[in-house]
Amino acid sequence: MANIIVLVKQVPDTNARIVLSGDRVDLSAVKKVMSPYDEFAVENALQHREASGGEVTAITVGGSGADKVLKDAKAIGVDHIVRIDCDTHLDSNALQTILASVISTLGGEVVYCGKSAADTGAGSTGPGVAERLGWASVSNTTSVTFGDQLSVVTPSSGGNARVNVPLPAVISCDKGNIKVRKPNVKGIMQAKKAQVDVRSVDAPASTVSVVAHSMPPAKPAGKSYQGGAAAAEVAQLLRDEANVI
Amino acid sequence: MTETIVIAEIVKGAVHPTTAELITAAHALGSQPVVVVPCADASVADGAAQFSGAARVLAAKSDVFSNYDAAGWASALDAVAPAGVIITSASPQSKDLAARLAARRGISVVQDVVQIEGGNLTSPIYSGKAMQTVSLSGNAVVTVRPNIFAPAGNDGSNDVSVVDTTGNIATAVQEFMARASTRIDVAEANIIISGGRGMGTPANFTHLEAIADTLGAAVGASRAAVDTWDEIPHSMQVGQTGKTVNPNLYIAVGISGAIQHLAGMRSSKYIVAINKDADAPIFQHADYGIVATWEEALPILQSTLSAMMA
Ligand SMILES: Cc1cc2nc3c(=O)[nH]c(=O)nc-3n(C[C@H](O)[C@H](O)[C@H](O)COP(=O)(O)OP(=O)(O)OC[C@H]3O[C@@H](n4cnc5c(N)ncnc54)[C@H](O)[C@@H]3O)c2cc1C
Repeated sequence: MANIIVLVKQVPDTNARIVLSGDRVDLSAVKKVMSPYDEFAVENALQHREASGGEVTAITVGGSGADKVLKDAKAIGVDHIVRIDCDTHLDSNALQTILASVISTLGGEVVYCGKSAADTGAGSTGPGVAERLGWASVSNTTSVTFGDQLSVVTPSSGGNARVNVPLPAVISCDKGNIKVRKPNVKGIMQAKKAQVDVRSVDAPASTVSVVAHSMPPAKPAGKSYQGGAAAAEVAQLLRDEANVI
Repeated sequence: MTETIVIAEIVKGAVHPTTAELITAAHALGSQPVVVVPCADASVADGAAQFSGAARVLAAKSDVFSNYDAAGWASALDAVAPAGVIITSASPQSKDLAARLAARRGISVVQDVVQIEGGNLTSPIYSGKAMQTVSLSGNAVVTVRPNIFAPAGNDGSNDVSVVDTTGNIATAVQEFMARASTRIDVAEANIIISGGRGMGTPANFTHLEAIADTLGAAVGASRAAVDTWDEIPHSMQVGQTGKTVNPNLYIAVGISGAIQHLAGMRSSKYIVAINKDADAPIFQHADYGIVATWEEALPILQSTLSAMMA
């Protein structure tokens, strides 16, 4: 029996156009979804439960609008859903501190999360939470085998490494060959009725503050050519103009 | 004023040249860095002795550094690195290390920095669709994207001092599985040539492989290629749910340039696109766009490159 935790985050749909309003991104018109890598984390958490028994709790941090991502996790099959109530920007230290605190309170033994969130792309949460809990961590895993210990596959220079991970541990999941299950009708019905367990935790003050958002610098228009013969000229320019070969 | 610390980027047991870019980033943050070299054998740190602009070089010597373990590396480096702002590369391994090290010190981490100005740090967010600029009040760990900052010079002669350290390893490597192909991985390559659904069949990837071998490049793929063909493994996938790459040169062949593909490669220094559809979105991001079928363009590219590299 394992007390399994999965961390999920609500992010703008990866197809969404990002716009600014003043010097901040304006996400008011953007559809929000579960961050794609978190789907792999949920799947691994559910497979862990199937292998060893136990229960899966999904945790997110956010305002009430973030309940949706928990309901989505519930519909796929997690047992409990917890939102740490927070509507302000947290830096990594503040965020990881409140996550680690709630994971401890819940008695978690293993945590799955996505290798990075699609909005920040940072990938700090898994290893950072593990360090705060004093646990092992492995990031970018492409395969997890469940047992008293976990055996995971992760990239290492020149190929992959199979690594033994004692529990408790935090696993940050890459895609790998895993297929994520879709919610069924029963799951969706249960998710509708499910209660979100809302918790509030004091966060330390953030020392990283957002100064501004901006659009990426526009790339100067490139050169364009018609027809394959131009490949010869382009190869030459890659050497003489771009200096990259 | 606190110190700035650069953790040398270690690839295959040696100090990687990208470390010189981290030294430049440290200067942009305001000071000459201490370069800390994680190593099992102190001679590895000699690879950092020649960097200009470093205050000193510290070989952090421990068996912990024989294999990567996030907990072990973070604790062993924490024990010897001075207090201050710590800078590492934004490679997948070093981002992981940076997060652990920051958490160990109870400070924050700022990942994927591409610009440092007036003490403010800018990183791409939303897969490069926007940028975020932050300020620091206090120490932090900062990871810096490769191929952005000009490398520091190589005419220094730093003293290398060796300190023994130790850490708590949490995981154990059971086995290394070498890649079936000897070709370099997209995550490690300076040049990448990627194929998409437009390649038609997986067998046609041999045309990309031939060019990759001429250039010492890696072969990548779009998700459509990976999902459609079993022969194209996910390890080759570039993009939102594949690898984020930052090479000097990215050649996209038969790839439309969907936003999720761009997410993984738009920060490449130079982008070449070969696509038969002049309206393919990839052309808006290409430095050199060739409107042609790959059947027409690749043989000419191959023969020109072969002649140039000979
Ligand atoms: C959550 C999510 C995550 C995703 N993650 C990723 C990701 O990580 N990476 C990724 O790549 N995609 C990802 N996608 C998928 C993405 O949206 C696109 O579907 C995918 O990138 C398309 O791949 P493609 O360009 O190879 O195929 P297509 O869009 O089908 O484009 C094929 C191109 O080939 C050209 N072509 C055809 N024949 C020839 C020829 N003979 N010569 C030259 N050109 C030719 C066509 O003009 C066309 O532009 C993701 C999608 C979602 C929803």
